[in-house]
Amino acid sequence: MTAEATEKARIGAPSIAGFTEEGEQLVSSKVDHKHNDGTTVMASRAERLTSQNVADFKLPDGREEEWRFTPVRELVPLLTDGANDDDALRTVVEAPEGFQAAPLAIGQAPRATTLVPADRAAAVASANAPEALHVVVPAGAQPEEPVRVVLSGQGAGKRSNSHIVLEAGAGSKSVVIIEHEGSANHNGNVEIFVGEAAELTVVSVQLWEDDAIHLAQHDALVAKEGVYKHIAVTLGGKIVRLNSNVRFSGEQAEAELLGLYFADAGQHLEHRSFVDHNVPNCTSNVLYKGALQGAGAHTVWVGDCLIQKQAVGTDSYEKNQNLVLTDGCRADSVPNLEIETGLIAGAGHASSTGRFDDEHLFYLMARGIPEDVARRLVVRGFLNEIVQKIKVPALEERLTEAIESELTAGEN
Amino acid sequence: MSTLEIKDLHVSIETEQGEKEILKGVSLVIKTGETHAIMGPNGSGKSTLASTIAGHPRYTVTSGSITLDGEDVLEMSVDERARAGLFLAMQYPVEVPGVTMTNFLRTAKTAIDGEAPALRTWTKDVKAAMDQLRIDADFAQRNVNEGFSGGEKKRVEILQLELFKPKFAVLDETDSGLDVDALKVVSEGVNRAHATGNMGTLLITHYTRILRYIKPEFVHVFVDGKVVEQGGPELADRLEDEGYDRYVAGAGSAAEPAAV
Ligand SMILES: Nc1ncnc2c1ncn2[C@@H]1O[C@H](COP(=O)(O)OP(=O)(O)OP(=O)(O)O)[C@@H](O)[C@H]1O
Ligand SMILES: [Mg+2]
Repeated sequence: MTAEATEKARIGAPSIAGFTEEGEQLVSSKVDHKHNDGTTVMASRAERLTSQNVADFKLPDGREEEWRFTPVRELVPLLTDGANDDDALRTVVEAPEGFQAAPLAIGQAPRATTLVPADRAAAVASANAPEALHVVVPAGAQPEEPVRVVLSGQGAGKRSNSHIVLEAGAGSKSVVIIEHEGSANHNGNVEIFVGEAAELTVVSVQLWEDDAIHLAQHDALVAKEGVYKHIAVTLGGKIVRLNSNVRFSGEQAEAELLGLYFADAGQHLEHRSFVDHNVPNCTSNVLYKGALQGAGAHTVWVGDCLIQKQAVGTDSYEKNQNLVLTDGCRADSVPNLEIETGLIAGAGHASSTGRFDDEHLFYLMARGIPEDVARRLVVRGFLNEIVQKIKVPALEERLTEAIESELTAGEN
Repeated sequence: MSTLEIKDLHVSIETEQGEKEILKGVSLVIKTGETHAIMGPNGSGKSTLASTIAGHPRYTVTSGSITLDGEDVLEMSVDERARAGLFLAMQYPVEVPGVTMTNFLRTAKTAIDGEAPALRTWTKDVKAAMDQLRIDADFAQRNVNEGFSGGEKKRVEILQLELFKPKFAVLDETDSGLDVDALKVVSEGVNRAHATGNMGTLLITHYTRILRYIKPEFVHVFVDGKVVEQGGPELADRLEDEGYDRYVAGAGSAAEPAAV
């Protein structure tokens, strides 16, 4: 039996047991560590550099903590400061009358008040997206249909930078789907404001062609009693690296960061989440699930969760699960939990990587289930937990189909 | 009335030291309604026989045959064998990540019957079968065998036996790892399946204690890849008293020791 389960935690990442109320030990853990491979471990996520200025970020060489899993050499074109290629990206917005506001220029509020780039890619995107798409869900609005933003890359290697600002007005309830398709070298920032008691679900779907590269930072600020859900669905693209970050501006707010990815041969799919509990009495839940299949399929999940000293009453959990379907795949999974106060309702993390192997297949087939059905059963069952949370039937159906076609592609 | 016939079966596996013959000419005939016990020491090849019947790819049949009502079982893929009516309750049931019991049971039932079971009655049947085997209802939402205790896994094997209604069931040490109560519950499950009159059973075991609950008509003593003696239930009682020493000593004169 080769099924394995691994629990990894960052050095110094505390478990709740034995905590003092003030979280004193944690503060002392804020010293720099070195990884075995010579890269530097950041002392605290809170100390990560953020800046609007591209020049503040060095071109990474892959030894930096936040780049150590990423094939940075292939990213040089995207990390170089420069304008968009002509007609690199086409944008189509489907939204109810009046939801699309005038575009926001660089520095025009609310743009850049929540999203401050945390790496060079996001800084390049901010600096080179002169007009940000601005979608505003009016206060109290509850549109029946989701808002759809379709971004189509117009060709491999075409350089595209974009910035999108989404505002969900107080008490509104809506879903925004951002779909990525075609091919491009795309740096995409998405900045999200969830108003008081608003409910917003943002689904970012990556159905890129095989030669697309996509770097993204999605930052959300959730107001009092707001309910925010971000779902990253990444099936396509050569390299995708998506950072999904959230913080709060009021209490009793909830954030759920979810992800689903399926990496085939040669794909690098990286998801990073950062929940910054900077306000008391908020709840967060992070769940990313991924399947890997084929030589060189590589996935990364890094889940940072910081519970700041003032964030008493926090309840947070993060989990990553990977399912490895064939040999030659690699799933990196790193939960980082930093807790600066013991006065919390809960905090936890889990990470597991399981293998689907011939013994599993034998077991299912010995119960009469044909091989192709057995494989689909396993993957569909595994990923369904996320698909079901999207709650947009048409999209769920499309994604289920896309996942099945990933599977069939792997069989040939 | 169905017949499962195993004739002069020779089976080898690939090992690091090359091919190794494990079954050295096994012959058995099982008919619907019969219960056959196979008893033998560790390493004698009992699981090899069971897995070969189910079609595990690790085992290569070098000669001999297995037929189900005259149909060549060895020609069938693993899933075809199950659909033809063969069921193996495994000695070490496999944990399958990502698939809930509910989903698994329904998919397997659909595959075996060739049509989806009627939703309303199926859910009820599953629940009733779980109740009878004292399997907690929340197991339905857990992944197949994942984190189940050894005894729980065995119960879930018998749950499948009852739900899938095979023509022939091979039970590979279903009794090992069960406490007395579980042994009783599981045996009752096997007996219920048997009582339908549509199933033949091949019961593999080391111990006679399960034979207090499940009564075989035939007992085969298995040593070093062969049946060395056959008889009725009284043979099991003798084994209880005397152990396998007599047979193993006999086999010990062969090149390979039978037990590991
Ligand atoms: N991969 C392998 N490499 C070498 N020998 C093997 C391998 N797999 C099985 N065997 C050998 O095959 C023989 C038969 O094994 P099998 O599991 O069929 O025995 P068994 O009668 O079921 O034993 P037990 O009562 O312990 O379950 C044993 O001697 C075992 O060591
Ligand atoms: Mg065995």
